Amino acid sequence: MATLPRGHGPLLSDPSANALRAALREKSRALVDKQMSVAEAVRRFIHDGDYFASGGFGTNRIPTAVCHEVLRQGRRGLRFAGHTATHDFQLMCAGNLPGREPLLAAVDAAYIVGLEARGLSPNARRVMESGTVQSCEWSNYALAVRLQAAAMGVPFLPMRSMLGTDTFQYSAAATAQCPFTKEIVALVPALSPDVAAIHVHEADRFGNCRLRGTTVADLDLARASKRVIITCERIIDTEEIRSAPHLTAIPYLCVDAVCHVPYGSYPANMPGDYFTDEAHLKEWMSAEKDVDTFRLFLDRLIFGVPDFAGYLEASGGLARMPELRRQELLS
Amino acid sequence: MTYSPIELMVVCAARALEDNRSVAVGTGIPCAAAMLAQKTHAPGLTIVFEAGGMAPILPTMPVSVGDSRTYHRGLMASSMAEIMQMAQRGLIDYTFLGGAQIDPYGNLNSTVAGSHDKPQVRFPGSGGANDLASFCWRTLVVTQQNARRFVEKLDFRTTPGFLDGPGTREAAGLAPGAGPHRVITDLAVFDYDPDTCRMRVKSLHPNVTLEQVLAATGFRPGVCEPLESTSPPTAEELRILRDEVDPGRYILGRA
Repeated sequence: MATLPRGHGPLLSDPSANALRAALREKSRALVDKQMSVAEAVRRFIHDGDYFASGGFGTNRIPTAVCHEVLRQGRRGLRFAGHTATHDFQLMCAGNLPGREPLLAAVDAAYIVGLEARGLSPNARRVMESGTVQSCEWSNYALAVRLQAAAMGVPFLPMRSMLGTDTFQYSAAATAQCPFTKEIVALVPALSPDVAAIHVHEADRFGNCRLRGTTVADLDLARASKRVIITCERIIDTEEIRSAPHLTAIPYLCVDAVCHVPYGSYPANMPGDYFTDEAHLKEWMSAEKDVDTFRLFLDRLIFGVPDFAGYLEASGGLARMPELRRQELLS
Repeated sequence: MTYSPIELMVVCAARALEDNRSVAVGTGIPCAAAMLAQKTHAPGLTIVFEAGGMAPILPTMPVSVGDSRTYHRGLMASSMAEIMQMAQRGLIDYTFLGGAQIDPYGNLNSTVAGSHDKPQVRFPGSGGANDLASFCWRTLVVTQQNARRFVEKLDFRTTPGFLDGPGTREAAGLAPGAGPHRVITDLAVFDYDPDTCRMRVKSLHPNVTLEQVLAATGFRPGVCEPLESTSPPTAEELRILRDEVDPGRYILGRA
């Protein structure tokens, strides 16, 4: 049998299941109140050089408030999971404007730069075309399976895509022959982010979470990550969690911080609450075309405001919320 | 009755879908095609979206494959792994894909123009395309056609078609029996030669010549014998498409 093909891309995180076990061994099991501000959560749990992952699906249920705070606090050298990353990737790339230490150092790229049918982000393109951010290619499912492997506590999982393509060649995947059927399968390494941020509908003060709509890869992301910051639309009482425990999607054991951030996914779509603000996403795309214009845009909306409430005010998002809610409910 | 090239592409794509089958779609033309098929000959078509939406009753065109519309009155709001694993175990019949480049074997590039490490243009990458083209039984590509897009050699092979020809998908480890099925453009419909796995012109759209198609193809495609003519959209197909599928002209207005 010929040598089994292997991808030559950089492995941007440690796939060791033992390393994750060691980290989780130290994690508190106590039922304690984890409520704090987004600023405090980012200060305590997201560090320079960390591997960071954001939940949701690009313009749907993403943790926008946490991404903004990462920018505001000037985090540097992050590695990022580009799993269906659209507006969240735009936000990471906003930290790589010339004249400051780059926020983004490396990306596992399954879907980056684009905003689906809305087109390509001019600034994310500039950042990725400059050759200064290291990238490793994957498919969306590969990143979902990599998170699943970490969530399962195993170092890799087999899958049957990426085979025969440059996506595989530029990934850090391997191939192996199945010991039972003799077929060739792709093996992908577990992905255990240092820290993940996930926006949910409801959480109690301990971090028990409920969410509506598609879960994308977030149930595995919460379990795969060493630290988890939850932002939520509403804080609910633990008695409510206990009255219907089958609705708990992420248990408190996974969670380090709970931040109450109403409209915390804006301008993304929050299922059942508000639709995407397409007009505001267009403003982002248009402001990004020119670096100086984009700098002023970011100063006005992110760097010049103290917190996410300031962004909702400055962007007009809060004023548009009744209309976005009407669109979401098709009423 | 007059119609635009986009309308014709949507109609051709819809006709390619059989009733009581399943299809994984993205936003745009594929979604419009699946909706049109449901409202005409394929009411039993199950639509899934890679972010987890399953069997929605689509009220309007989604703007994202993960937005709330993708499971509006759906039968399940699940996860990416749920949808992809359903496809991996053989339950999804069709998928629709596109790309910046396509080669004669139906392989697609949606990653870079130029070199990978310092690209001229960075495109999004695979997204779910590589997975869906590996797993779904039949891959359909819907795209505008020109000689810069239809090339003999890709800058980057993001997504598998027939790879390098007969037997190469299976040799790489991909599941047997799945692969490229049709390419639907603004000029013609293509299928693949079963012996060579190379693309060939199957049918010419109304008022399009074979010379025009060849001039807009950067490689030498085969030509089916007999070469068919695409039936133009019927008045009923156009009415449903314009009034029910895309009244906001989100897709149709792009032409």
